[in-house]
Formats: sequence, structure tokens, C-alpha cells
Amino acid sequence: MKIAIPVDSNIDEVKVNDSFGRAPYYLIHDTETKEDLFVFNTAARSAGGAGIRAAQLVVDQKPDVFLAPRMGQNAADVIKTAHIDIYKTEGSSVKQNIERYLAGELSPLDDIHAGLHGH
Amino acid sequence: MKQLLILSGKGGTGKTTVASAFIHLAEAKTYADCDVDAPNLHLITGEKKAPLKEDFFALPLASIDPDLCIACGICYEHCRFHSILPKEVYTVDPFACEGCGVCAFVCPVEAVTMVPDAAGQLMLYKEEDRVFSTAQLKMGKGTSGLLVAEVKKRMREGAVEKEFAIIDGSPGIGCPVIASLSGVDMVLIVAEPSISGMSDMERVIDTAMKFGVKIAVCVNKYDVNQETTEKIEDFCQKQNLHFVGLIPFDKEAVRSINEGKTIVETDCPSGQAVKAIYEKTMDLLLEKED
Amino acid sequence: MKIAVLSGKGGTGKTLVSVNLASVSEGSCYIDCDVEEPNGHLFFKPEKIEQEAITVKIPVVDQDRCTGCRACVDFCAFNALAYIKDQLLVFEEICHSCGGCVLVCPEDALSEKDKAIGSIERGISEDVFVHTGIMNTGEVSGIPIVDRLLEEIALESERDIFIDGPPGTACIVMETIKGADFCLLVAEPTLFGAHNLQMVHELVALMEKPFGVILNKCQEGENLSEIYAMEHGIPIIGRIPFDEKLGLINSNGEIVSRVDEGYEQLFASLLKATRKAAAV
Repeated sequence: MKIAIPVDSNIDEVKVNDSFGRAPYYLIHDTETKEDLFVFNTAARSAGGAGIRAAQLVVDQKPDVFLAPRMGQNAADVIKTAHIDIYKTEGSSVKQNIERYLAGELSPLDDIHAGLHGH
Repeated sequence: MKQLLILSGKGGTGKTTVASAFIHLAEAKTYADCDVDAPNLHLITGEKKAPLKEDFFALPLASIDPDLCIACGICYEHCRFHSILPKEVYTVDPFACEGCGVCAFVCPVEAVTMVPDAAGQLMLYKEEDRVFSTAQLKMGKGTSGLLVAEVKKRMREGAVEKEFAIIDGSPGIGCPVIASLSGVDMVLIVAEPSISGMSDMERVIDTAMKFGVKIAVCVNKYDVNQETTEKIEDFCQKQNLHFVGLIPFDKEAVRSINEGKTIVETDCPSGQAVKAIYEKTMDLLLEKED
Repeated sequence: MKIAVLSGKGGTGKTLVSVNLASVSEGSCYIDCDVEEPNGHLFFKPEKIEQEAITVKIPVVDQDRCTGCRACVDFCAFNALAYIKDQLLVFEEICHSCGGCVLVCPEDALSEKDKAIGSIERGISEDVFVHTGIMNTGEVSGIPIVDRLLEEIALESERDIFIDGPPGTACIVMETIKGADFCLLVAEPTLFGAHNLQMVHELVALMEKPFGVILNKCQEGENLSEIYAMEHGIPIIGRIPFDEKLGLINSNGEIVSRVDEGYEQLFASLLKATRKAAAV
């Protein structure tokens, strides 16, 4: 399966990024091949609607699940329309979050916030 | 790093006065001014070195090449923001243009291009022991939410003191406020005891609650209207918000600020009151999660 | 005359000045362009309210015609569109209503509908016509509301019009200024007040509108805004002292010039001085 996470950079030992829509990169981890794909977030510099554009970008990679610390309403709507689940990350270790998700220890991301309303 | 955001709802209640006092008392090493429309904090925090400046780019502006333009008026017909000025030579009003790109799309002779436009300037004061991030939006610009996000990002990236950060927020309840709320741990609302002040305070609390942050409220110039001050206290009690104190109206405060000093650097009643509010607020900010 | 009352930031006394000037000028109009946080109506408590919804155009998708080419998604400068699982999603609160997506669609799959972003309420308070612009929380821009408010008064030549402007210097303030003959800049005596006066001064000078300053919350000691005004040759139209009584009445949502003769006289003089400055 493919797991998508917003990350700080595209090097090894990378950490989970604080934001969803403005994360510099997304990591797409393939649990079968154990390969990591880094997607550059072209939406990060957008004046507005970054979450929407970013969600579109990542959904196009066809992940099976999203892990994120938090997410705005608009980005969440895009991902839910794509029938992809969203789980809440804990701490900043990418490796740990992936392991914990696979072990069923992460909870679904429920507290979707109002988002930046496009600005 | 715990982040404290100071908001007000209504403008002019004393956010910057309180924020600067907190920064002084805490000897804070990490702080920011998110009021990018009218930043004031730098006037009182007394940085010595000039800041690092960086242009901030949001949306591009339309630009018409006068050599290619045939004055057909198609761009003018399609522009929804009254940005095309149809004269002998067509030009774009840079204050009205929203950067949508429709004019560039419809122009039959490709005379219109979208060019990068500096919507504001980011400023980062970095001294060996501290970092202060602020910005100024240019006149007539509307994209302040992104600039606020950028100010906070630079503060976090440059953070010297890892324990806490103090952020002077913007007034109102719009997108810049939402952008400043994103990722903070606690909000201190500086309220004013007036009908309009209370109305705006309630609206900003409503917005802050959606972010699930700790909320504390204090009332500035409380003695201007004791009755409304009590109404605010009641409201906070009913909503289970932390009411952290009252600041009296104080002419000394104005004098202090005008001399470029925070109100806790002079011996005055408002300064004393803010010291007490500071203790309570920082306790709430830094206490361990239940 | 059409007077816009402005300040570089909120809380300096724009509403105090515009509401009270309108109250002492017989049969005038008060227009509240601070659509994000309109406060004038809290003082006027107008009656016989009529409401007009203000709308903008938002795209509507015909999903059957849409082929998923994404020309619109790529064009949208505001990221208000996304194409997911064979559906085109429109994010209404992010859309800036530019109409671009409808133009670029090669399949005619997009049309437009009206969406309310706010309203204008018109009422009367004694002899003052009160027009209030109200923007729904979270909308992209209040400019369409300001445009409609100003459209109505554009042809008015008999009554005095007092426009309560939004704080700051963003594009909505510029729209507000366009409707005025003269601008009153309200400034506080503090360091912050003077800094904000400077910002709004630059704006009105840029827009080539005549202007003057009203110094509010004056107390003894140095008035940095007054010093700024004098250094830059800005006419000082008048001064409003800080006093607790005024503060109390105002904070209770009452119109000081209607409640107290002393303040009625103060604002009557301010009105006279404004007329004189605007007539020049």
C-alpha cells in the first residue's frame, strides 16, 4: 500500500512537516517495495488555496492513506472525495508514524480546522 | 516550542502594548508581529541592528505592452475588478488588479502578461540571542493571510529560544487572524469594555474555539466602563474561558509608549496590572497537558 | 459633501467621528463601509430596515460535459478548483469570481450562479439615513459591497454623506476613498497612532484626495500625531479630548452628541471646520 505524509525536505531522516498545504514535500512510501517517492509541493508558495492544490497533487499519486498532523477543511474535502482516509500523526518521526499506522495505533484525523480560507 | 498569540477582535484595544510588555518581562528570544497591515511592535521592541529584508510575492499583476495593444477593449469587458483603465493606451490599475489572468487569456494579440509583483516586505531581526519576525503589506494589497503564515514560518525557523514564542496578532476576524491562529498553543484576548469591543471579542473567540487552543481573556481600560467589564467576565465564566485580569486606563501608559518603552519598564498602574496578567498567562501556556 | 473617515488602524475613533458628525448634520447619510466589523449600527440602532443581498458569481459544473481536461484547474490563480475521481470540485469561499474558468473550458461545462457574500441594510435613525455593509465571515473580499454602497450615494448632492471606512490601507480602503470628496484621518496621540497616521496619509496622498486630520483621545503631553501632521503640513481639523465621560457614553453604544449638549457642540464645531476644509 502507499502512504502519503507531508515532510520537511527530500533527504533521508526527514521529519513530518507541521502544515499540510504548505509542506515543502510529500513523501509517498510504498510498503511493499519499501520505496520512498518525494513529491515537490508546487502549492506551497500559492497565495491561497494551497491545501486544495496540494491535496490534488498528492491524490494524483494515488496513495491509499494520508498521515498528517492537521489539515484544513478544503484539503480534507478533496481527500475525502477521493475516498482516501486521513490519520493523525504523532511526533515528527516519519518512520515511527508509518510503523504505528501499520500497527493500528494511530487515530483518524477528526479535528479538521476552518482552514485559511484561501488567503 | 509553545506559541502564545495575542488577539483582540476590535482594533486599538492594546494588543501591541500588552505583547511588548510580555516580551520584555519574559526576556523573550522568539517573537513576531502578525499585524502585517499596520505593524507596530518594532517601534517598541528596540532592536539595534537593521533587519534582513525580503520581498514577498503573492499573486502576479497584469501588465499591458503598449506596443502590442490595439485598444480593442476585450480585456476591459472581461475584467471583473475594474482594473483595466481604457484610455488611448490601455493600462492596468496595480491596486485593483487581483492577478486572475483573465485579461492575459482573452487578449487577441498577446499584449497582456502576468508579472511578479512584490505585495509586501518581510523583515527578520536576528541578533545573536533572539529573532523577531515581522512584515509590512504594501498599500492596496489584500493577500495578507499568506504573508502572516510566512512571518510565523520565519520566526519558527529562526527560533533561538525553544521554550516559547510570543506573537502579536492582527485585529479583526478575517483570514490574517485565522492564519495567525494556525499552530499556536494559546490565545490571550485583550478586550475592551465597549459594546463594539465585546461584539468583536465574541466573534474572535468563536473563531479561536474552532482551533481548539487554550483561551485567556483580559480587559484593558476596564474602568472606562465597569458594567461592560463585568459582562465580559460573566461571558468568560459561562464559556469556561480563563479570565486573567483587568488593566486600568492609564495616562502613564501613553507617555511610556511614546518614549519607546514598554509599560512594564516604568512604574505605573497599567504596568503592574500587566505583570500580574503575564504571570497567570505564562503559567497557563507552559503548564503540562492533562 | 462626501466625507470618508479613515485611520491607519482600528480603534482610533473612526466610528465615533463618523457617527457623531452624521448626527449633528441634519438629514445626512451614514455609510458603514467597514463590512468585516460594521459598528455604526450599534450606535444608531436604525429602524425600518430594508435588506439587499450582495452577490458574486461562482462557477457551476455540468459534470456530464466535463471531460477532466483540467484546463480550469490549471488556470485558476486561486486554487479554487480540483479534479478528483471524475468530479470537478469548486471551492466557493476561495473563488475570487474572476470568470476565468468559464472562459477556458473547451467543453462548455462551466456556467455561473450567484452567491451571497453579504448584504446592505438600510434604515433610519431620527433624521439620519443609515446604510450598513455587512460581509459574511470568511468571504474573500468586501469590495462588491462597498461598490454597491457607494453606487447609491454617487448622485447624491444635497445631503451630507459620512463614510465610515475600514481600518488599514488595503484595497477595500482604496475603494472606499474613491467615493469621497474629502478624507478625515483620525489619529491617536501615541507612537503607534502617529505611525499609523503616516500610513493612511501616504494612501490618501497617493489617491490625490484632499484630507485633514482629527486628533482623538488627546491628553496632556506630547501628541506625536499632531507633531507628524504639523511636520507634513496636514491641516488639523479638530481635536477630541480623551475624557472618561465620553469614553463611558461611547462604550455603552450611545451617540455622545445626541446625549450631551457639550459633545453636541464639540461635533458641531468639527462639522463646521470640516465643511470649511472640504470647500477649499
